[in-house]
Amino acid sequence: MNRNPAYLVLSDGTVFPGMAFGAETTVVGEVVFNTCLTGYQEVITDPSYHGQMVCMTTPHIGNTGINREDQESAGPQITALLVREISHVVSSWRAHRALPEWLQEHGVPGISDIDTRLLTRQIREHGVLHAALCTDSSKTPAALQALASQWPGLEGLDLVKEVTCSKPYFWETGTARDWSPGDQQGSPAGWVPTDTDDRPLVVAFDYGIKFNILRRLTSHGMRVQVVPAHTSAAEATALNPDGFFLSNGPGDPSALPDATETVRELIQGDTPIFGICLGHQIIARALGADTFKMKFGHHGGNQPVSSVAQGHVEITSQNHNYSVGFQELPANVEVTHWNLNDETVEGLRLTDKPVFCVQYHPEASPGPHDADALFAQFGADVRKHRLERRMQSGNSSED
Amino acid sequence: MPQRTDIETVLIIGAGPIVIGQACEFDYSGVQACKALKQAGYRIVLVNSNPATIMTDPEFADATYVEPLTCEFLRKIIDIERPDALLPTVGGQTALNLAVELAEAGILQEFCVELIGAGLEAMRIAEDREQFKQAITKYGLESPRSYISDSLVEARKHAKELDFPIFIRPSFTLGGSGAGTVFTPEEFDSKVSWGLSESPVHSVLVEESLIGWKEFELEVMRDGADNFVVVCSIENLDAMGVHTGDSITVAPAQTLTDKELQRLRNQARLVMRAVGVETGGSNVQFAVHPDTGRVVVIEMNPRVSRSSALASKATGFPIAKWAALVAVGYNLDELTNDITQRTVAAFEPSIDYVVVKIPRWAFEKFSGVSAELGPQMKSVGEAMSIGRTFKAALQKGIRSLEIGRAGWGPLENDHPETLSDAELAEVLHVPNRDRLYGVYSALGRGWEIGRICELTHFDPWFVDQLAQIHAFATSLTSLDDHTLRQAKRLGCSDLQIAELVNLNANRTGQEALTEANVRALRGAADIHPTFHQVDTCAAEFQAVTPYLYSSYDVGDEALPNDLPKIIILGGGPNRIGQGIEFDYCCVHASFALQELHYETIMVNCNPETVSTDYDTSSRLYFEPLTHEDVLHIVEREASTGKLAGVIVQFGGQTPLNLAADLEKSGVQILGTSPSSIDLAEDRFRFGSLLERLDIPAPAHGVAHNVEEALLVIEEIGYPVVVRPSYVLGGRAMAIVHEEAELQDYMEKAALVSPKHPVFVDQFLENAVEVDVDAICDGERVVIGGIMQHIEKAGVHSGDSACVLPPNDIKPEVMDILRRSTHVLGTALQVRGLMNIQYAIKDDKVFVIEVNPRASRTVPFVSKATGVPLAKIAAKVIAGESLESQGLTSEPPLEGFFVKEAVLPWKKFYGFDTLLGPEMRSTGEVMGHAKSFGHAFAKSQAQAGSALPSEGGILITVGDHDKVGAVELAREFHRLDFSLYATQGTARALTSAGIPVQEVRKAREDGCNVLDAMRAGSIGLIVNTPYTNRSQNDGTRIRALATRLSIPLITTMPAARAALDGIESMLDHEADVRSLQDYSAPVLV
Ligand SMILES: Nc1ncnc2c1ncn2[C@@H]1O[C@H](COP(=O)(O)OP(=O)(O)O)[C@@H](O)[C@H]1O
Ligand SMILES: Nc1ncnc2c1ncn2[C@@H]1O[C@H](COP(=O)(O)OP(=O)(O)O)[C@@H](O)[C@H]1O
Ligand SMILES: [Mg+2]
Ligand SMILES: [Mg+2]
Repeated sequence: MNRNPAYLVLSDGTVFPGMAFGAETTVVGEVVFNTCLTGYQEVITDPSYHGQMVCMTTPHIGNTGINREDQESAGPQITALLVREISHVVSSWRAHRALPEWLQEHGVPGISDIDTRLLTRQIREHGVLHAALCTDSSKTPAALQALASQWPGLEGLDLVKEVTCSKPYFWETGTARDWSPGDQQGSPAGWVPTDTDDRPLVVAFDYGIKFNILRRLTSHGMRVQVVPAHTSAAEATALNPDGFFLSNGPGDPSALPDATETVRELIQGDTPIFGICLGHQIIARALGADTFKMKFGHHGGNQPVSSVAQGHVEITSQNHNYSVGFQELPANVEVTHWNLNDETVEGLRLTDKPVFCVQYHPEASPGPHDADALFAQFGADVRKHRLERRMQSGNSSED
Repeated sequence: MPQRTDIETVLIIGAGPIVIGQACEFDYSGVQACKALKQAGYRIVLVNSNPATIMTDPEFADATYVEPLTCEFLRKIIDIERPDALLPTVGGQTALNLAVELAEAGILQEFCVELIGAGLEAMRIAEDREQFKQAITKYGLESPRSYISDSLVEARKHAKELDFPIFIRPSFTLGGSGAGTVFTPEEFDSKVSWGLSESPVHSVLVEESLIGWKEFELEVMRDGADNFVVVCSIENLDAMGVHTGDSITVAPAQTLTDKELQRLRNQARLVMRAVGVETGGSNVQFAVHPDTGRVVVIEMNPRVSRSSALASKATGFPIAKWAALVAVGYNLDELTNDITQRTVAAFEPSIDYVVVKIPRWAFEKFSGVSAELGPQMKSVGEAMSIGRTFKAALQKGIRSLEIGRAGWGPLENDHPETLSDAELAEVLHVPNRDRLYGVYSALGRGWEIGRICELTHFDPWFVDQLAQIHAFATSLTSLDDHTLRQAKRLGCSDLQIAELVNLNANRTGQEALTEANVRALRGAADIHPTFHQVDTCAAEFQAVTPYLYSSYDVGDEALPNDLPKIIILGGGPNRIGQGIEFDYCCVHASFALQELHYETIMVNCNPETVSTDYDTSSRLYFEPLTHEDVLHIVEREASTGKLAGVIVQFGGQTPLNLAADLEKSGVQILGTSPSSIDLAEDRFRFGSLLERLDIPAPAHGVAHNVEEALLVIEEIGYPVVVRPSYVLGGRAMAIVHEEAELQDYMEKAALVSPKHPVFVDQFLENAVEVDVDAICDGERVVIGGIMQHIEKAGVHSGDSACVLPPNDIKPEVMDILRRSTHVLGTALQVRGLMNIQYAIKDDKVFVIEVNPRASRTVPFVSKATGVPLAKIAAKVIAGESLESQGLTSEPPLEGFFVKEAVLPWKKFYGFDTLLGPEMRSTGEVMGHAKSFGHAFAKSQAQAGSALPSEGGILITVGDHDKVGAVELAREFHRLDFSLYATQGTARALTSAGIPVQEVRKAREDGCNVLDAMRAGSIGLIVNTPYTNRSQNDGTRIRALATRLSIPLITTMPAARAALDGIESMLDHEADVRSLQDYSAPVLV
């Protein structure tokens, strides 16, 4: 196979010559690395990576192709894929496409045969990097460096509006039985029939939501209505939900004052709220906490998180560049989870309300399923709330 | 939870001798466990019958027992040491089985010893396939459909429920022996009947065959807080049907999506729960259907295993160490990751490279035995390699094997005759050790990838990777910079590149490229390897442990420092003749040189070893032991600081063979110089040296063909010993009595080593063989130990039992041995260790060979004397005199130490179990006691053939042994044994007036010798080879003895030693004693 040469150039001028795959184009973006050993399809389609070039530290990427099930959104979200080796051959009974051709179709470029470990070490040392990638031989390394260093970056940008849905919709499918986390007795946890209508309703704010969150909510017995990120508290409340869910998403939480305001209003009420990743950061900000940009974030499937209440460790899937500071937390906020590697905040909860959130991804995809119980916990909160509401409305109608 | 304080003393059981399926990985895990628990403040009592282990070095435990791993002896040890807890999970299946026995015999309860790491119930469930199946079914997991059958009729009935092929497993056989696949109804009856007869309980499992399914392993850990991590996933290139120990394996798994991998992870967690493993490491094996993804659980091992050693080396996650610590109460999040020093043990390693493990087999030593691979493991060792890609790792792995391949290439490289297409298809289809190379040949013939996948059941992704290497290799005709770089990135060695260009571009003679040419071209093009860290985290965190591998990338991370340093070359993959003993010596060398404040740099590619543990040496390079790879490391390390040189004498023949070329490339070889090495190894030069020194050697000559050989023999007379030059472990060595045998041998010898002629030596019949280990520092030669072999010369020193000190060599002969050793050590200018083998015939001492390096017996002698020979030798090499180290005379000994070899007969049914000049043993044990008899008896118990104290003994010997047999029988009779004998022997005994029951020949009906053995009344067999006439009978007797595990002795001297042993044991039981209890001086 004859492939074009490609160049990835960092803003500091470091050139990574390699081979092109995917779309033939030039792109600029922020480079992050991801240490998951499996799950490139989930990573590529995760909207939280919007605007980012993702360097996979696992050398062989594309081996299992692309299949219809493992999508986290409708298509690729990343700006570019940076790998050591790309596979043009697909080995998987579930695959329907090879990764390079699929990326090409969706206009996403990639570079292979670069020293991904060196790139990763540079990110580890210097923090998130800006870079430009050219896969069509149209630009010189020098021109690419100029592009990369002039690029303003993602800080302070509202990326959510680029990935959120345009109008509300209902989500209908749960996790397929084969891929269910399974409980400690071996029955597929939270694998409940999804056809009954008598399910509590959760309104999920879409800041760039991963499909697997929707599948897990559904599998844990919730009916899910997804709403655009800019939906106001009043509009959301008018849908009469039994719970609010705040999703993951790309970029800087401080660039989302409106969403933060909406969440602040939602917290005033007594409806249960669960937030993941960006949703967690927004809740924290709504509660008055600060968020900061980490040196290179957490992107992988092996982050150890200690649960304060349970006293055990969950191996978690993570993908974030920003984190919540714990200095300014109000008195009714409790840190429930810590990262064991760098002691950053991984989970919060309100002591006086059914509101909790985590920085990591209990929906996994990719990664271990250790934290799936959080969905069960949310389901329980939501059902309890619905019961209380029903009892109240029952009482009030008797009055 | 922090560590338990209600436990003070922990008993650890080791794995015993090295056998196929249980190799030095358990020394590695045992050492980790001992170190970790000792550091945590526990008192450690260790029992292991294998003296060649690091774990049995006295400093690793508070009380170390090199004693038989049997209930009887363990009870004695427990009674003395009174441990609070027993950790059975780091000593392989041996330790697990023994722990179950101890529990079931009530011994643990009697002495209030708590099992930690794995409970009794968990061990039972994991071991019993039926219970295991029930346990996991409760958790909704699938196992292969299977039915237990006690008879052929029942088996036939069950077979109707299944489709062919069908998998048959005899119940309760060791290591899967007798298991196999039935492909057609026609072969069903015979295979099932055979399986039934193999099973001691006469039952077989008739099982759904999963042949061709993808096979995966997950290495997992759990702690008392239910924290659970997957350390590593391993994918087998060889699909289901080939034992994982015989499969080429790849980490991490390459052909699973995240959904599929997480499903295995969830299931592995449930398996641990179902089996009831509360803390520790386990290995769970899965089969996954390639077209549907259906998952079936194959088995789980609730202990550290060969695969967990591999996973530890592949990821930097020390499974055994942490398994030991969680067993005493720690949780994973309370333990620090040594490699990063800032993250915790509760995490799953991420790796940014590919690891390939390739087994190494020894079929060439067992001619006539089927070389097919199947559900029973047959490999004797393995090499692991690390590369940035699968392709590079595979090629590195192949050259790590030292099988004469410079990289991946065609089958024809080993098989001069061209195979037909049908034959090649067979090579691909029936698993065997050549299959990987068959794929190269098939690609060369233009076979489609699809067809290759169908034949091999290799996953298409892997075959595509192979096809990429093949396409490159076959188009390589010239070497521009870009192509050269590409070749290196594909993992090609310089030698391989030269060979490929020569082949593809028809370059021969003067035109032909050499390895050195390619190297020079690379230098000019500035193409050098980069070194990368194994850091557990894919570079997310800075690693502090320099554990390195090479690739051809951009960012080098070797960062050599400025300290004075020494490189130690390891022994590479285990093989018969070069195993754990050499790793032991390398590790000692590293420890000793660190004591002298050198930075030690270890190079090795054997994942089972202690030498490749990341904290054994200051720096570790996990790399092949080839000239090119070693040179790269030398160059990198020499770039800063002071590299004193490279030590080649501890890793066996592997590094020794590199010495001359390394020196030519300008590398400083420390210790005995390459020219001295050559002097000792070159038969001509050595022969004239002996003449000059007036030291006798067997008459000898050299021959390139039959005619020359006949001329030599004319002079020295039959019988002769013939062998190819420069080989280890008596490879292809034979004793030849007549011309026909010689013809036959010379035909085969051509294959062994085409460049080298054959040596012909006078065979010293009935000579006593002696091994001497000594150290020389240039001033002085000090003998470490003199060992007298039990078997006569002609049985390879590695297969012969031996006793230290000699029990019946005359003092004046001992003096000759000592004097010759001094003379030779001085003449050869040895610096460091040397080993000499002598043969004593009629009080005359002949030199058989001198090995200017550490020998297999160094650990044995060190354990017996308490003098760490390898350490002292390492310091000698670094310039410390023997005198300054306090070793100026032969160390004294207390009592007798018997080394016995352990042979892999059970794995190679059909091979006659006679001992000969070709080494076949895989491991050794040490028995020690005040008397020789007790020491010998212990060694037999340790080797798994405990001598009987009553009952029947069968004697059936060749004519020349009849006189000896009479003497022996008289003694056995005196000790109240009932004697059985075959016709000729019986006649001899009867005429000497010894009561004996005659049994018929094997081929005769009625109560023949085989029936007598099956009847269970025979507890020991003395059988020496007959003259050709009834050879076949002997073969059948020996085969059955192996199958029924009846102790079998095949030489008269060993039989006499056994008599001595039995007599001693009848007199009084052997007692046990820890190494620490010996008063022998422990130096350094
Ligand atoms: N049902 C089966 N069909 C085909 N091959 C099998 C089956 N079960 C096991 N095997 C093969 O036999 C090997 C050994 O079986 P295993 O149960 O792991 O025994 P061991 O305890 O010897 O490791 C496995 O690695 C696998 O390749
Ligand atoms: N001339 C000989 N006479 C009798 N036995 C011999 C003779 N040469 C070798 N042997 C036997 O063969 C074995 C292997 O030979 P050796 O030279 O030690 O080869 P290796 O290098 O394989 O150890 C020895 O241990 C010894 O028992
Ligand atoms: Mg197995
Ligand atoms: Mg020898």
